[in-house]
Amino acid sequence: MEAIHSARLDPALVRKLGRLLLRVLSVAACVAAWQWASSRHLNLGLVTFQNVPSPRDVLEAAGALFESPKLEQHLKASVYRVFAGFAGAMVAGIALGLVIGRSRLLEDVLLPPLEVLRPIPAVAWIPLAILMFPSSEMSMIYITFVGALFPILLNTIHGVEGVDPRLVASSRSLGAGRWTIFTEVILPAAAPNIVTGLSIGMGTAWFCLVTAEMISGQYGIGYYTWASYTIQNYPEIVVGMLLIGVIGMGSSMLVKKIGNLFLPWYLMQRKKP
Amino acid sequence: MNQLSPRESTLLAQASAPTGRIEIDGLTIRLGEGGQAFDAVQDVSLSIAPGEFICVLGPSGCGKSTLLGALAGHWQPHKGAIRVDGERVAGPHPDRGLVFQQHTLFPWKKVLDNVAFGLKMKGIKRQARRASARELLELVGLAGFEDRYPIQLSGGMQQRVEIARVLINQPRVMLMDEPFGALDAQTRLKMQELLLDVWARVRTTVVFITHDIDEALFLADRLLVMSPRPGRIIEELRLDFARPRHPDLVTTPDFMRLKRHCLALLHPQARIVPLERLSALGPQATHLNQ
Repeated sequence: MEAIHSARLDPALVRKLGRLLLRVLSVAACVAAWQWASSRHLNLGLVTFQNVPSPRDVLEAAGALFESPKLEQHLKASVYRVFAGFAGAMVAGIALGLVIGRSRLLEDVLLPPLEVLRPIPAVAWIPLAILMFPSSEMSMIYITFVGALFPILLNTIHGVEGVDPRLVASSRSLGAGRWTIFTEVILPAAAPNIVTGLSIGMGTAWFCLVTAEMISGQYGIGYYTWASYTIQNYPEIVVGMLLIGVIGMGSSMLVKKIGNLFLPWYLMQRKKP
Repeated sequence: MNQLSPRESTLLAQASAPTGRIEIDGLTIRLGEGGQAFDAVQDVSLSIAPGEFICVLGPSGCGKSTLLGALAGHWQPHKGAIRVDGERVAGPHPDRGLVFQQHTLFPWKKVLDNVAFGLKMKGIKRQARRASARELLELVGLAGFEDRYPIQLSGGMQQRVEIARVLINQPRVMLMDEPFGALDAQTRLKMQELLLDVWARVRTTVVFITHDIDEALFLADRLLVMSPRPGRIIEELRLDFARPRHPDLVTTPDFMRLKRHCLALLHPQARIVPLERLSALGPQATHLNQ
């Protein structure tokens, strides 16, 4: 019976639903394994689950957080910091990427110092961030900014360098000047790469949130996670981690979706075999 | 091919002013650097009348694309000069529109906005430039395709859009670098007829590069044959076939005689090794970061 019914359904839809089910099951299986390992206090020698909170503990801690009036303040503080840092990184990353990708001179002048700064982890920036900025809020925004900047910058450069030179030449023949070549050709041609960079950058901004909010004294999901560690509330740490993971993934996907609204032509191109 | 609206004919009337005289005087284009430098085009002198349809025929690597690129302003002369209506060619200009074998439409712009691009660069308001673009799309037989993206069109349609995009600038000269070379034979014939039909209305000067003898003989008022590198003009043929021309022209004895003549000129038995294809775009095509 089942088989007959599904045979009548659109096979593409069935395949899609099947994949979705598989994905949900995969997450469920991980949680089940985690529950099993932590309830058994599994000790594998190299890694031990003896003190790892179980999913049930985490769920309880999450329930407590969601009922607490502080949750909103934590969320607001973090979202503000991430988005402010991201916005700054977007402006700086795209602007720098466009000029570095276009001009050999500016590439030589601007890229080397940036390449030196790139491998420095966010956590190493904490002391300087505190010294450089008058408010701790600004220091935190700076750290998320650093986290988001490089994916955006590098993807923009990559996109600009990949622009078909024939399009540039033909736009010149059609009367485009220096500036209009940027706005009419370079920027739209690099846009698919820029959107990819923005989406990754949004993820890395959240990635740096705990680091940033180590500076903070009161609110923020990162702060909540870090503070839970210092007062040994282990289930709360996991709640914070998962919350950052889920919000980070969600906002990264959101950036991608919004970006794709501007790229109908690109999505068409990719659909073609 | 299609009827012209009164509005359209005014647009075309403006375009048909008798300009587009090209004077090429002792032109040599040197490419490459140092010991690798060579003359892609050597000592070419040529005068093209306003509204004339010129075809340049030659084997691969003979420098015909380079000659066209120099006319467009993408290559600088090593010796000699090019003048269009008395003005020296110094760089790319909308007065000299280029059409390539592979289209260079902007994939992110819809057909209508691709065609309107030249007018946007001139600062013409959106409504006005879109109206002109519509007229030109009608002229090339693409009314109804305004809202498509280039990728949604066939190769022949893409080239029509490309032609419309060049013509909207009312160029003095239209430079075409094997524009139908990538199309299948059937589409190619249709495009040749369409081009003649369009040209009959806009009367811009056309310089058309090809290595297809039939195409060159069918289209041109005057045919120039170039030698293998270094490119020089070795023959000039005036083609007095009556216009409008029909596809069966290619089977007439006169046409066949000229075709045999051209075949002999191009020496098919002494095949030269094809050289790396040179672009008409000029040096910036290979050096992006400038």
